Amino acid sequence: MSYVPLADQAQELHHPQSWVTRYVWSQDHKVIAIQYGGTAILVGIVALVLSLLMRMQLGFPESFDLIDPSSYYQAVTMHGMIMVIYLLTALFLGGFGNYLIPLMCGARDMVFPFLNMLSYWVYLLSVLILMASFFVPGGPTGGGWTLYPPQVSMAGTPGSDWGIVLMLLSLAVFIVAFTMGGLNYVTTILQARCRGLTMMRLPLTVWGIFIATILGLFAFPALLVAAIMMLLDTLLGTSFFMPAIIESGSPLDYNGGSPILFQHLFWFFGHPEVYIVALPAFGLVSDVLSTHARKNIFGYRMMVWAIIAIGGLSFVVWAHHMYVSGMNPYFGFFFATTTLIIAVPTALKVYNWVLTLWEGDIRMNVPMYFAIGFIFTFIHGGLTGLFLGNVVIDMPLSDTYFVVAHFHMVMGVSPVLVLFAALYHWYPLVSGRMYHEGLAKAHFWFTFLGTYAIYLPMHYLGFLGVPRRYYALGSTDFIPASAQDLNAAITIAALIVGAAQLLFFINIFWSLKHGKKAGSNPWGSASLEWQTPDTPPIHGNWGDELPTVYRWPYDYSVPGAHADFIPQNTPESEEPTADEQHFDPDHDPSMADL
Amino acid sequence: MSEIAVNELVRHGGLDGLADDWSADKQTYHVPWGKAMMWIFLVSDTFIFTCFLTSYLHVRLTTTEPWPVQSEIFALSFGGGDPIPLILIAIMTFILISSSGTMALAVNFGYRGDKVKTFWLMCATAAFGASFVSMQVFEWSKLILEEGVRPWGNPYGAPQFGAVFFMITGFHGAHVTVGVIYLLWVAFRVKRGYYDEKGYEIVEIAGLYWHFVDLVWVFIFAFFYLL
Repeated sequence: MSYVPLADQAQELHHPQSWVTRYVWSQDHKVIAIQYGGTAILVGIVALVLSLLMRMQLGFPESFDLIDPSSYYQAVTMHGMIMVIYLLTALFLGGFGNYLIPLMCGARDMVFPFLNMLSYWVYLLSVLILMASFFVPGGPTGGGWTLYPPQVSMAGTPGSDWGIVLMLLSLAVFIVAFTMGGLNYVTTILQARCRGLTMMRLPLTVWGIFIATILGLFAFPALLVAAIMMLLDTLLGTSFFMPAIIESGSPLDYNGGSPILFQHLFWFFGHPEVYIVALPAFGLVSDVLSTHARKNIFGYRMMVWAIIAIGGLSFVVWAHHMYVSGMNPYFGFFFATTTLIIAVPTALKVYNWVLTLWEGDIRMNVPMYFAIGFIFTFIHGGLTGLFLGNVVIDMPLSDTYFVVAHFHMVMGVSPVLVLFAALYHWYPLVSGRMYHEGLAKAHFWFTFLGTYAIYLPMHYLGFLGVPRRYYALGSTDFIPASAQDLNAAITIAALIVGAAQLLFFINIFWSLKHGKKAGSNPWGSASLEWQTPDTPPIHGNWGDELPTVYRWPYDYSVPGAHADFIPQNTPESEEPTADEQHFDPDHDPSMADL
Repeated sequence: MSEIAVNELVRHGGLDGLADDWSADKQTYHVPWGKAMMWIFLVSDTFIFTCFLTSYLHVRLTTTEPWPVQSEIFALSFGGGDPIPLILIAIMTFILISSSGTMALAVNFGYRGDKVKTFWLMCATAAFGASFVSMQVFEWSKLILEEGVRPWGNPYGAPQFGAVFFMITGFHGAHVTVGVIYLLWVAFRVKRGYYDEKGYEIVEIAGLYWHFVDLVWVFIFAFFYLL
């Protein structure tokens, strides 16, 4: 049988028969996206509360009985793991990936909707396994989010009997879920685009999610293998990662394992993971900036190649997390070099975002606030990354608050600001209503200024030599007493920022009922997801006929056009284009005046 | 609209063809969705096995005790003669590679629409796979019951030997078992004519998975049994 492309054939869709198949066991990518997003945000709230508990302990060490040294480490571990994997990865790829890929590609759904549904339910299972570890004897693991052996499974570490097993199991299940979703995302982007939609006409959002998903499919295997080997170490007594070791005066039954092997496997996953989170954020923020600046993204092709280059380089930098691990020092030279090279495409992206704003017709809508805020925090976090990429600077700073400040700026706050930009930007599409402007702006200012109030002082604490992961500072010779005052100030800022997130939730739920009707394309966006016949898009997305794309998604303020944006599915016979892919001065009406 | 008809342009070979594919609309590769997805999955799965094998090589270097001599452990004697090194593994390898041959034939007959031959060839492939797994069960039980090899230790040397052996052959054996079930499932649907409308690419997709599992075994054989 000869193969007929999607655009020319009727896709078999699973049509919901009842409320349950429509909203619970749904195979519609939009419902799955909301399920993914809702679950990720719920579990993210748990991680947020854990971080506030830690801050209260650090800021006012004598005042609270909420947390003891063990539960402090458990909070550190669970906060980190939940935020990086179960919130950011799941929300960017499972949430935004699911919602936007088929809409931006002009498809009716993902290529295998059933597998997509399964992906969500397996993800939910992994979340439940992780949450169960709060209720088992000994509680969740307290080995730090990097789960380094041997200490993670030694008796002194909280959760070394049950917690670590549930954590590893949950990670393995998450990877299965991610693989099912990820295969769908990649195949949909490669194989199910609509007529006229070439790869170089895809919005940068899709490019970011595409490359991030490929990174995930190649990087998560290392974590899966590490998790399986550590499970065998913990449950069966093998010695993959465990060297001969003495615990409380008596030798354990392990010998000959290699703890550093775990670190290599973990960071072979862990560094691409940074970009699994960052690349979708890069893509989403590019589209938000371009739409609200009413200007095409600056250097679209360079942006695409930068995403691809960053994705490739992210696989050869992992050991810059391990300068102090005791690995061969010569490795440091190689990994410092590759790490600094990755700054080139990243800086290119930052320049292009700023140049997109330059001379734009900027509309200061709420998503734009968050997007510009992201440029600030990302430059800030990126520059400290250059410090830490160098071996000699990393050595003294490695286990201090400088590192905490760095990675929270670059891969905590920055992606979260993009998440908020994207949530506000696409809220009208998902719900059909506008959010409350005032609440959203208040939410932005609390979050953005609060970020600096929290993390700027941490850089200074790091230079003072304040070690991270400590339950309480105690008194030392080299740390001045004023460091504690700074810690208290950070805690107050963190509590305010934490409380300010309520504004977001109030806004989201209040606006569902009381928000202004959004109409079909409130931002005047040129990209395909806003051109559906119904807003919010209904099952099948496109009505009777799939769209045809004639241009890239960045035709804003094109000279000679009727409006300041031209939807992607407007034929070239009706409107001019600035699409550089089909730039032809002889036939381009916008060049006629020159 | 000229740019809509990108797919209908003359097909080039080589690098030009690659550029054509990636600058086309609708789809990048001229293959069904399932086949594209299987390829991507297999690349991802390759990373899993690569991580297992490099981890094995790493612990083999770091372990403090000598690595056992595989050719002595994996040796069988027949009728009281001298033990023949790696004879069982050689037979298992031969069977698995033969199964790739029957699978390739099944794909061929699938595309010709010969449902009966496709069905029987897929069943033969599954039978080869099942015999591979049962020989693996024999090997495991011999090591566990007769020779006292355990994941946490063994009488021959480095405890990681048993750990790596059970982990890697177990993970691969699970792949083969899943493959046998998958092949049988597809085979019976082929027989029922389930794919008459959808086309018989599914046989090739199942075949891709099967050849992959086969290829991975070659690497396990080389790195774990021979090295």
